[in-house]
Amino acid sequence: MIKAENLVKKFGSSAAVNNISFELKEGENLILLGTSGCGKTTTLRMVNRLIEPDSGTIFLNGKDIRTQQPEVLRRGIGYVLQNHGLFPHYTVAENIAIVPRLLKWDSETIKKRADELFQKLNLDPSLKDKFPAALSGGQQQRVGLARSLMVNPPVLLMDEPFGALDNLTRISIRKEFKVLDELVKKTIIMVTHDVQEAFEMGDRICLMDKGEIKQIGTPEELLFHPANDFVADFLDEQRLQLELKSVALRELFPGKGNENLTVWDKMESLLQNKNTGDDQVNERAAQHELTIGKLMTAFSSYKDR
Amino acid sequence: MDHTQSFWQFVAQQSDKLWGQTWAHIGLTMISLILAIIIAVPIGILISRKQKLSGLVLGFASVLQTIPSIALLGVMIPFLGIGPKPAILALFLYALLPVIRNTYTGIREVNPAVVDAARGMGMSQWQILTKVELPLAFPVLMAGIRTATVINVGVATLAAYIAAGGLGEFIFGGIALNNSNMILAGAIPAALLAIVLDFLLSLVQKINLKSVRVAWLILPFIFVSMSSFYLLPTQIGGRMLGGFTPEFMGREDGYLGLKRVYKLGIETVVISDAVMYKAAFEHKLDVISGYSTDGRLKAYDLITLKDDRHIFPPYYAAPVVRNDVLAKYPELEPTLNLLCGSINDSIMTALNYKVDQLKQSPEKVAMDFMVDKKLYKPARKGTKGTIRIGSKIFGEQYILVQMYKILILGNTDLAVATKTGLGGTKICFDALTNNQIDFYPEYTGTGFLVLLKPDIQTMNRLNGNRDDVYQYVSQAFKQQYDLKWLKPIGFNNSYALMMRKEQAQSLQIESITDLTKHLNQK
Repeated sequence: MIKAENLVKKFGSSAAVNNISFELKEGENLILLGTSGCGKTTTLRMVNRLIEPDSGTIFLNGKDIRTQQPEVLRRGIGYVLQNHGLFPHYTVAENIAIVPRLLKWDSETIKKRADELFQKLNLDPSLKDKFPAALSGGQQQRVGLARSLMVNPPVLLMDEPFGALDNLTRISIRKEFKVLDELVKKTIIMVTHDVQEAFEMGDRICLMDKGEIKQIGTPEELLFHPANDFVADFLDEQRLQLELKSVALRELFPGKGNENLTVWDKMESLLQNKNTGDDQVNERAAQHELTIGKLMTAFSSYKDR
Repeated sequence: MDHTQSFWQFVAQQSDKLWGQTWAHIGLTMISLILAIIIAVPIGILISRKQKLSGLVLGFASVLQTIPSIALLGVMIPFLGIGPKPAILALFLYALLPVIRNTYTGIREVNPAVVDAARGMGMSQWQILTKVELPLAFPVLMAGIRTATVINVGVATLAAYIAAGGLGEFIFGGIALNNSNMILAGAIPAALLAIVLDFLLSLVQKINLKSVRVAWLILPFIFVSMSSFYLLPTQIGGRMLGGFTPEFMGREDGYLGLKRVYKLGIETVVISDAVMYKAAFEHKLDVISGYSTDGRLKAYDLITLKDDRHIFPPYYAAPVVRNDVLAKYPELEPTLNLLCGSINDSIMTALNYKVDQLKQSPEKVAMDFMVDKKLYKPARKGTKGTIRIGSKIFGEQYILVQMYKILILGNTDLAVATKTGLGGTKICFDALTNNQIDFYPEYTGTGFLVLLKPDIQTMNRLNGNRDDVYQYVSQAFKQQYDLKWLKPIGFNNSYALMMRKEQAQSLQIESITDLTKHLNQK
């Protein structure tokens, strides 16, 4: 679907992006992960030609993106920014109608589509006539996403989409977005510096440093088969949590688990049950074949495998 | 109460003029403002795109802003002449800076994330500018336009100095004539105009962001429709044009007298004497009011018209001296009288020309003259006492003071201290009566009209007769102030109408009566 070949971009004498290549299949989520200044945002912005590479080519559906006018190209690619980028002088309804209007949709179609997205994104229809400044951070980010999804573009570029939100809002909105049917089918490139976010949202992760790709692979590959010391070191701090999150329960207990949960999810629910202080529940947990102790033992034997 | 007019009486009496001046004022302000907006907004947009230019452009506009308004108006006369054109250009230049700067700042302050989002969604450069940047910069931009408007309403008063009309005509006329009703009749409407325009623009500024696009269309129409009230003065084709100072316009021994006594019907504009002579020289004006011994008369090849019906009282120069000083130093009076008869109008004009136009120092001009007339003697001891000589603040007085200094030093044992540059007639006179100076050169007409302020009967009785006026002021000064008018030096620096020499000769105009006849021919 998207194929980048040997991208180079220099600002002055230093290379922001140095010979990067990657490929995405349709419906895949690729996370560009790295510290500030690693070139991840520059890479993202080259895909919709907000930045033109010095050399290298990007193909969209096999077609060089430079064959299209940049404005036309961008209208077909959803774009979500960290600070939502909503127009402060437009109402919510006007904001989400920007791209459809550029594509000359009629008002009726725009309204229908807006209603549909509002429902899917849990936005109150009464917000439509408000200005962005009157909305909460979470609402603004949902409107920002709605705006990028209006014309149902097959490709979505997200630049730190949850970066401006507080921790709790971020986690809940992330979970919500992850299961949103509008997003599931899309080919998404997302930039983040948050390792947890990358592991949670990404089918594959592209870890970058100083304009170069250190490793591209699934979360498990990066965790358990790091290509070099940089990758291992980068993930070390949160390694245990990441590992628990990236291993599915059914991998530990191949026969039994039909639940689509990670080890982390299971531990969380077990801990919650214990803390209820309800004797009945505790009793039931004890009878249950799975305890935290058992879970950890199974996990460490999985890692040794 | 009979002779003091109230402010409202003045306004009622002059309402035609007042309306005309107000509309002219609005027109000058608005036309220059619209031009400034048309030019400055694109420049502001340009420099917000090209950062490197911003320092240069804003710096240049700031420099324009610092040029004194009168100087800017004066500089433009050779290119654009007098009248509304140079005034509008000057106002336009003053309005540039606030509008450019606020356009630039407004656009620079638009959140970059919003512009980035606009680009990322596929808006074109033009769409980003018109739908995002300008609407968001609009309040800041409007603040700049409001600043420019208020500045322009103020500066437009100065347009009266170069015959562009406006409320400055009343303001400067009132100052020159010491008529506070006239000053207020100009100043109050000007202040109200600034407040009202600023208020109207503040309404535009507050227009809801959503309807900004409509506002952009409406704004120029408001301005243009307001400006359309202002009709540029009709071009004078073939007819003669008179340019008079605000003071001359309001004086009985000025334009009022010309109309009453001579029935002079000439189209007039109001103009400052600083640019009047030059404008006449450059054929922008045909008849001007001036002073008969002004050096610029010679510089610009102008001649004075004969005042054959005596509306301008004589202004013969003579020293006015304290009687106690004359008693103490009896040798002073004959010494000062040595100058009598040696300077006539054309000699004084030539001397003034050397100072005003050739930029020679008054000391040198006086010395050359005294040596030439064999009045110079080397200075004596100067031990007997000190004579303090005062002067008003213009070249002719400086020259006279230097001549008296030479005479006193050469013919008596007295020393001399000069106190030149005493602002005006009243300051000089007060210095004399308060024993700050011992004498200064004064003009009979000034002593008569400004200091003694006679009633109409006395004025009519004396009817501009040189000797009668002199007798009258001598007596009055002696009785009232214990001051003595010595013998007049010989030249008459009075008001006069002037024309270019070649034009006056080709039309065979020598007197004001000739001019009136010529104007009435058609």
